[in-house]
Amino acid sequence: MTPIVEVRALHKRFGELEVLKGIDLVVNEGEVVSIIGSSGSGKTTLLRCLNLLEEFHQGEVRIGGESIGYRQRNGQRVRASEREIAGQRAMTGMVFQAFNLFPHMSALDNVTLGLTRVRGMSRRQAVELADHWLERVGMRERRDHRPAQLSGGQQQRVAIARAIAMNPRVMLFDEATSALDPERVGEVLETIRSLAQEGMTMVLVTHEMRFARDVSDKVVFMDGGRIAEQGPPATLFSTPESARLQAFLKTSSL
Amino acid sequence: MQWDYFFDQVLSHRDALLQGTAVTIGVSLSAIVAGTLLGIAIGVAVTYGIKPLRWPARAYIDIIRGTPVLVLVLATFYISSAVGLDLGAFQAGVLALTLFCASHVGEILRGALQALPRGQIEAGRAIGLTFGGIFRHILFPQALRYALPTWITAAVEMVKASTLLSVIGVAELLLTTQQIISNNFLNMQFYLLAGLIYFLIDFAIEQVGRYVGRRLDRPARRTT
Repeated sequence: MTPIVEVRALHKRFGELEVLKGIDLVVNEGEVVSIIGSSGSGKTTLLRCLNLLEEFHQGEVRIGGESIGYRQRNGQRVRASEREIAGQRAMTGMVFQAFNLFPHMSALDNVTLGLTRVRGMSRRQAVELADHWLERVGMRERRDHRPAQLSGGQQQRVAIARAIAMNPRVMLFDEATSALDPERVGEVLETIRSLAQEGMTMVLVTHEMRFARDVSDKVVFMDGGRIAEQGPPATLFSTPESARLQAFLKTSSL
Repeated sequence: MQWDYFFDQVLSHRDALLQGTAVTIGVSLSAIVAGTLLGIAIGVAVTYGIKPLRWPARAYIDIIRGTPVLVLVLATFYISSAVGLDLGAFQAGVLALTLFCASHVGEILRGALQALPRGQIEAGRAIGLTFGGIFRHILFPQALRYALPTWITAAVEMVKASTLLSVIGVAELLLTTQQIISNNFLNMQFYLLAGLIYFLIDFAIEQVGRYVGRRLDRPARRTT
């Protein structure tokens, strides 16, 4: 098994507050890993460190074997250049809670922007690939619509196409269904599930416990900036070891 | 009223009037174009710049916007000659209006950029764009939609402010009109005529603004 994401002794502070207190995590190729935990446990922050939307202060993140975000120069830890960081970010695909589609562009152009401007494809190649992924998430018919003309679930599916069309090593989902109306949650989860079945490597931060249990190879429970427990969903959900996880599972609907 | 005499006077001064109108349009357009470009740089610096860029940009906006345009015009004209910079009245006037326009455009753009949700930058980063790409493809096109109506107002203000260049002897439309009036004493008629020409220039700017606004808002372009 090839490790795609390797996190070692990761520490992150917001000013005085230490929100990640030494995280170690490995995600292998084709694995689906769900991160669960109460708000403030650091799960979203951890996910955002994986594509450098957050800086971190100690430790290391490797994506596909490459250490990202920082380099050693004369024994000093310095942040990589903006161009390097941009390239490293393109190795991961991110789906946000609030979709964050570009409102002034059609669904199609939302997907092609990164393909032409980052991957350097021709417009024709980019449109072809974007069409493929829009079809895949069931949004091909709406390719010329602007985000404001789409429902939340449709917007999120376009956002998934935008991220995955870039051919990332790993897809990161940050509470991808939390901002959706209950009746729209299913269509997005279904899209994510089918990508998982095709072997896409994924890290999901989620409150959907049932989904985490059904789709994940590994579930990570975070508590107070640390990984309190991790393991296969069957074990973790049926026989939680720590009192914290037992209490957390009791309050969340499964 | 002696309309025949008035039309006769308009005809005999038509070259001067056209010349004055051309100078007004030339001064205004130069200041709007140069001021907008400089203002964009200042707006970006004040919104996203590192501290050594942000603070001077902020100070520039606050000081220049708080200064009466007439003072700016006189100051640019006299200071430039005092420091040995050999600017003519025309250049000094255009420079003063450019500086003024830039301060307004900078502030307008800052407001528009800050109204954009933070998630837009993050989404751009997540697909691997550098800041330049994010600004060009994501932030600026959206900010333009917010900023356009206020920008049009600022452009119209520039045309009106160009009348102040008459005090340093730039023969724009107002000064030309005053010179004609000093010959024929048709005060009301020629000031009304000047007013009408200013209105037409401003009206044209507003129409261009509306047209651009419609272009920006039209539905997404169909691609093959």
